[in-house]
Amino acid sequence: MTGFFQSGPVHVALAAGAVTAVVSGVVGVLVVVRGQSFAGHALGDLGTLGGSGAFLAQVSPLWGFVGVGAVVAGAMELFGVQRRRGRDVATGVVLGAALGVSALLLYLDTTSTSTAGATVTVLFGSLFAASPASVPEMAGLGALGLVALAVVYRPLLLSSVHPELASARGVPVRSVAFGFLVLVGVTVSLTSMVVGTILSPALLVGPAACALRVSRRPPVAMVVAAGVGLAATWAGVALAYASYRWPPSHSGWPISFFIVAIVFVAFLAVELPSRIRRRRAPGGA
Amino acid sequence: MFSGVMTNAWLVASMIGVVAGVVGFFVVLRGASFVAHAVPLSSFAGAAGAGLVGIDAVAGLAVFAPIAALGIGWLSRRRRSDVVTALVVAAMLGLGALFLSWSSQYASAVYGLLFGDILGVSSGEVWLTAVLAVCGLAAVAVMYRPLLLSSVSPEAAAARGVRTGIVDMLFLVLVSLTTTMSVPVVGALLMFALMVGPPAAARAFTRAPARTMAVAVGVSVATVWTSIVASYLTTWPIGFFVGVFAAAFFLAGSAWTAVRG
Repeated sequence: MTGFFQSGPVHVALAAGAVTAVVSGVVGVLVVVRGQSFAGHALGDLGTLGGSGAFLAQVSPLWGFVGVGAVVAGAMELFGVQRRRGRDVATGVVLGAALGVSALLLYLDTTSTSTAGATVTVLFGSLFAASPASVPEMAGLGALGLVALAVVYRPLLLSSVHPELASARGVPVRSVAFGFLVLVGVTVSLTSMVVGTILSPALLVGPAACALRVSRRPPVAMVVAAGVGLAATWAGVALAYASYRWPPSHSGWPISFFIVAIVFVAFLAVELPSRIRRRRAPGGA
Repeated sequence: MFSGVMTNAWLVASMIGVVAGVVGFFVVLRGASFVAHAVPLSSFAGAAGAGLVGIDAVAGLAVFAPIAALGIGWLSRRRRSDVVTALVVAAMLGLGALFLSWSSQYASAVYGLLFGDILGVSSGEVWLTAVLAVCGLAAVAVMYRPLLLSSVSPEAAAARGVRTGIVDMLFLVLVSLTTTMSVPVVGALLMFALMVGPPAAARAFTRAPARTMAVAVGVSVATVWTSIVASYLTTWPIGFFVGVFAAAFFLAGSAWTAVRG
């Protein structure tokens, strides 16, 4: 393990993972409380569009993720006024069209430029290949997100738990919702850098869902979620580093697989015991 | 465009269009876009694992799609299902990424499975797809009334003695069956566009269930056929055309509703 702490890519991966875990833990708790997992998932998938476009334009995928995340979040909130079932279908159709265009962009990436691995990098992430320059950029975005969240925290929480009461107290509920969705878009762009666009929901929602089983109080849950996320990313980096000596190929297992698997196991560990307890004591929950 | 390997593509795609239209009608009726999106994505691991072991992708899908669908159904019985679904999908996708990193044909294999490949159909798969299509349509015919009732009003269905829990599970199996058929051709990421876009468009023209289903089948088959032609002519991925054409039909349907007021 001595090589582990001297390797440059490992430093970058640990730093990028830490920033992402903290931001996504804090924002993820509010995503789960507001029941917006599908939105988080859709924003991740749509980030594919930004990531593949960024590859084609030869800029850092981070800016592709951020640009598309912010724009699409706004568009989704605009359509969100319709009734629930209509929104479900509209999101699905928009998602399908955007993924179709992503397919085309990725196809053009692989055929017209030399980035043969673009599909894998964008969809499943490649943290060890992240450039050192992207760490301060990610840290800056994350800090910006956390500051924005701190400013709107109280009205946001109130309008999540009790929209009617919030609007009665003069909270601009729609603007708060719009701002929050943009914030989710930025957070998803960070998680997309770490585990790729289609796995990013795991890092956004997973630690938060675990934490909310431990404590229903949002501040406590945010700290726990950030801790779970941090543990999962760092353990994932360490395991991926070790896996270069594992069969079958000795070329390393995907880092995203480890992170997602750890998050999933953590969720099951918190979820299953409470399920069994509830079954033993019917009506108890 | 109609010879050799392409004949298989036309046959399979037509069957996919019919089944996706029928099953998609219930997906839209139940507001289950997320599940329709999640099941194909999760079954991606099965296709990737099949490639690793050296068996047919359809076989891998046939195992993983029902597991994913029933797993989501079981885990989400008592809670809001979206968190659980998101996590199951991510875990299965991570597994798929692992399987792909083990096999030698990394980038191109990922691409075909996620975004579709019109030349990815063998003659054996045509028969397999035909069997699956017949099973799926027969299942819908048998449970048509309870499925429809429980989709429109779960309370009324329960009051009439329909066991909604079992019907919900059977619906998930139907989605997974459609997934198994469609993923090799349309791709795991774009499969759900075919199940959501055409039926949603059909609802703009008529509200009677049987007629909506017929229109949905027509639109969905039209989507698949035009996508094959476009993909063949441009060599661009079929997933692109399926996603865009499905959305275009949905927009046309919405425009029609808006014009008629």
